[in-house]
Amino acid sequence: MLAYIIRRVAQSVLVLLITGFVAFSMFSYVGDPVENMLGQERTQADVDRLREQLGLDQPFVVQYAKFLGQAVQGNFGLSYRQGRPVSDILSERLPATLELAAVSGLMALAGGIGLGIFTAIRRRGVGANVIMTLSLVGVSLPTFLIGILLIYVFAVQLGWLPSFGRGEVTDLGWWTTGFLTVSGLKALVLPAITLGLYQMTLIMRLVRTEMLEVLRMDYIRFARARGLRERAINFRHALKNTLVPVITITGLQLGSIIAFAIITETVFQWPGVGLLFINAIQFVDIPVMAAYLMMISVMFVAINLVVDLLYFAIDPRLRVDGRSGGH
Amino acid sequence: MTGPVLSVRDLVVEIPTRRGVLRPVDRVSYDIAAGEILGVVGESGAGKSMTGNAVIGLLDRPARITAGEILLTGEPIHGLNGEALRRLRGRRMGMIFQDPLTSLNPLLTVGDQLTETILEHLPVSAAEARKRAIAALEEVGIPAARQRIGSYPHEFSGGMRQRVVIALALCAEPELIVADEPTTALDVSVQAQIIALLKRLCRERGVAVMLVTHDMGVIAEAADRVAVMYAGRLAELGPVREVVGNARHPYTAGLMASTPSASGGHRRLRQIPGAMPRLDAVPDGCPFHPRCERAEARCRQAPEPMLQTCDGRAACWFPVVADEEVPA
Ligand SMILES: Nc1ncnc2c1ncn2[C@@H]1O[C@H](COP(=O)(O)OP(=O)(O)O)[C@@H](O)[C@H]1O
Ligand SMILES: [Mg+2]
Repeated sequence: MLAYIIRRVAQSVLVLLITGFVAFSMFSYVGDPVENMLGQERTQADVDRLREQLGLDQPFVVQYAKFLGQAVQGNFGLSYRQGRPVSDILSERLPATLELAAVSGLMALAGGIGLGIFTAIRRRGVGANVIMTLSLVGVSLPTFLIGILLIYVFAVQLGWLPSFGRGEVTDLGWWTTGFLTVSGLKALVLPAITLGLYQMTLIMRLVRTEMLEVLRMDYIRFARARGLRERAINFRHALKNTLVPVITITGLQLGSIIAFAIITETVFQWPGVGLLFINAIQFVDIPVMAAYLMMISVMFVAINLVVDLLYFAIDPRLRVDGRSGGH
Repeated sequence: MTGPVLSVRDLVVEIPTRRGVLRPVDRVSYDIAAGEILGVVGESGAGKSMTGNAVIGLLDRPARITAGEILLTGEPIHGLNGEALRRLRGRRMGMIFQDPLTSLNPLLTVGDQLTETILEHLPVSAAEARKRAIAALEEVGIPAARQRIGSYPHEFSGGMRQRVVIALALCAEPELIVADEPTTALDVSVQAQIIALLKRLCRERGVAVMLVTHDMGVIAEAADRVAVMYAGRLAELGPVREVVGNARHPYTAGLMASTPSASGGHRRLRQIPGAMPRLDAVPDGCPFHPRCERAEARCRQAPEPMLQTCDGRAACWFPVVADEEVPA
């Protein structure tokens, strides 16, 4: 078990090194930030001085090594655009994205699992069929369109909810939260639905398929033959077995929520890291872009690791210990 | 003794399909007494599992009982609805399936699965249920039951898992057990142990057992009486010694001749020519007549005579007469 974890962590580090390399080398060819930063009236001396300051005159490998060394310490240099440390900018923006992702992730998970179970157990019912049809719409509509539709209905027509921004936030010093004010909570609703809807339908369809599969297994039949209640069969026997494969994919989905947040944050002008990234691209703000990509890959890798450990917790067959009875 | 634990009377199971109604079980009747093992034997597809599932109330849609009666200690249960049937299942009748590897939930410990069954059916405390779970494992011969109760199914070997399955089927003390091919998926060496265990439990507890198998050897070893099924119908029913040693129905005789252990190994194995008809192509008259060397015009035209549970042995117009088939 411990050896397994160590191996997985080592793999994760390798993955991060590679993404870091790809991100870094990609950005080195995206464009010349110096052009953007100095504007039209510049001398060659200005350009050279700035290049030296930014370390752009050094060989590629040195730049990459420096980048890594600094990144490990949480230092991604100065933003080309704002001239402030990237880590400061990121940590200002991160709470907005994480709160949005957490709310929509929870919504997607709870809604997806609940509806998945419902549509599997009542697979011939009217309700289940209506939900399945609607979920097709949910999967096929692009995120930005859902966002715009929601804004149109709930913000423009009904005027119930705000169409942009985070509302009033409370500053806790190290974290700004929108959970503590009414306007902050209201502002969360539409972006969270927009961001979570796609994941929710995916999780729902996955849970349904897996659950139907599990309900055909012999041990479900045997549970029936033992006279257990439908409730116990569905929720104790079938659900647990359903969750084993669902966990992996769901974990990856939750990771992609943070990545997908770019679109939602743009539509709702949500002041998170996704919006920051979009703005950084427009300005070829390489440190910000690189830091953002590194952050996303760290999250993916971390989520993957947690998912693997959850797998262990839920499926005893993966736990190797001395009690095995042999075959 | 009082009446039989299980009485099946003219049971018909039908499956509606687009090309007509199929009858995987066609007017089957038999009794099983307490402490008795009835072997149900026949080729694959003969309707053995359908009969067992119908008894326990676990027919898969679209199959359903359309005629006949199933009586459990005299009370009709064929018309019961879902919840009433559920209360009987596990409590008054248990079922054992073919594959012990897939019959147990891999994510729950053996103890969890035992106690949930006990608590569902018996008015006992959780502590008492645990005690009974351990006792149930001990009874089926699991060594160190107290330690093994927290083990997961994958930590047991195939034979041990089938013992656990038997413990699960018996833990709420049912009067009837339907065992559908309980040894088919096991190693030959383990098969005999499981059969011996079933026999012992049947004797000690006075449980009525319906032992479904396609293996005449298992029947000869375990059963008190045998029901031979062919194309959904009962071909022959009688005490095991007589049916095995002295088959009346030409099909049973053929089945014996093609089974090494039942024929004692001193005869050449013979095969019955042809194959059992598919359910959508059961011939008129006796369903066995196209494969039967004794068939005459009557067998092709008139349905075979109905087998009376009590007296008649074989559903055949021209049954094999004892002295002509007994080997020297
Ligand atoms: N859903 C179904 N549709 C059509 N035929 C079926 C269906 N289920 C089972 N059967 C048929 O019912 C017959 C009896 O099956 P079964 O009781 O499982 O046989 P056995 O257990 O004796 O091998 C078989 O011929 C099988 O093909
Ligand atoms: Mg079968």
